[in-house]
Amino acid sequence: MKVRVSVQLKPGILDPQGKAVEHGLHGFGFQVDHVRIGRLIEMDVPGTDPAEVKARALAMCEKLLVNPVMEKASIEVL
Amino acid sequence: MRVAVPVFPGSNCDHDALHACGTVMGWETIPVWHQETRLPENTELVFVPGGFSYGDYLRCGAIAALAPIMADVKRHADNGGLVLGVCNGFQILCEAQLLPGALLRNESLRFIHADIHLRVERADLPFTRAMRAGEVFQVPIAHAEGNFTLDPADLADLEARGGVAFRYCSPLGEIGASHVPNGAMNGIAGIVNLQGNVLGMMPHPERAVDVKLGPVGGLGVFRSLAEAFAKA
Repeated sequence: MKVRVSVQLKPGILDPQGKAVEHGLHGFGFQVDHVRIGRLIEMDVPGTDPAEVKARALAMCEKLLVNPVMEKASIEVL
Repeated sequence: MRVAVPVFPGSNCDHDALHACGTVMGWETIPVWHQETRLPENTELVFVPGGFSYGDYLRCGAIAALAPIMADVKRHADNGGLVLGVCNGFQILCEAQLLPGALLRNESLRFIHADIHLRVERADLPFTRAMRAGEVFQVPIAHAEGNFTLDPADLADLEARGGVAFRYCSPLGEIGASHVPNGAMNGIAGIVNLQGNVLGMMPHPERAVDVKLGPVGGLGVFRSLAEAFAKA
């Protein structure tokens, strides 16, 4: 099954990249606030049970995909 | 004294570490490829070098932390063996959970290379025992991700237990945001684990040890290690 893991910096963690992009958008006249940049990881995970596949993706987050000091993730099974 | 220097694809300060420990200090220093599963017998110090291991993919140090040799580095640390991680080595030790916290992108978003000053916060460690608390020394930094971060409760714990080994400061030893090159919380440049045998730091003491190459502000760290081993 296709799994999409979205990794975001936790609230409160400084995101200089987001800040720079926000600044750039302001330069074009866009009114935006709180721009945060994350990472999107897509993968094929064997299995047919969405709950089981999601549990496996969660284990991957804990092992490698997410650093809990600074990031949090949301998992979508498509 | 036997030193092991794990080498990952993308390490680029491994030879600085080999030069400082081997040529300058005269210690038996052995490079160890990341695919190895065992450190050399009787390794006393593991020096995890700087660089861009695995191209800094995913997060700096995240993939290197899973390399086969790191399991033995953890075992070495758990047995009280000394581990020094510099720059990318510090990032790897954090990702391997041998040290708390994470190194984020510099506040400025820029790669910074500069000579900076550090203040010794702990002078009772195997890495600092030849220095005095409050002593100021100059060493280079060269990194894009040195912005030390920890959640507020863990940061308070780290400070309370004296986990900060080195802090960025002015040449006179003053502490303050204007002396922190990368945005690191509380100006933290180097930290040590609870047991005091694992130290990670962003600045490069191993690049400032040879009079033929320039200033030798980093010698204090290596003299400390020499003392620690002379005593052991």
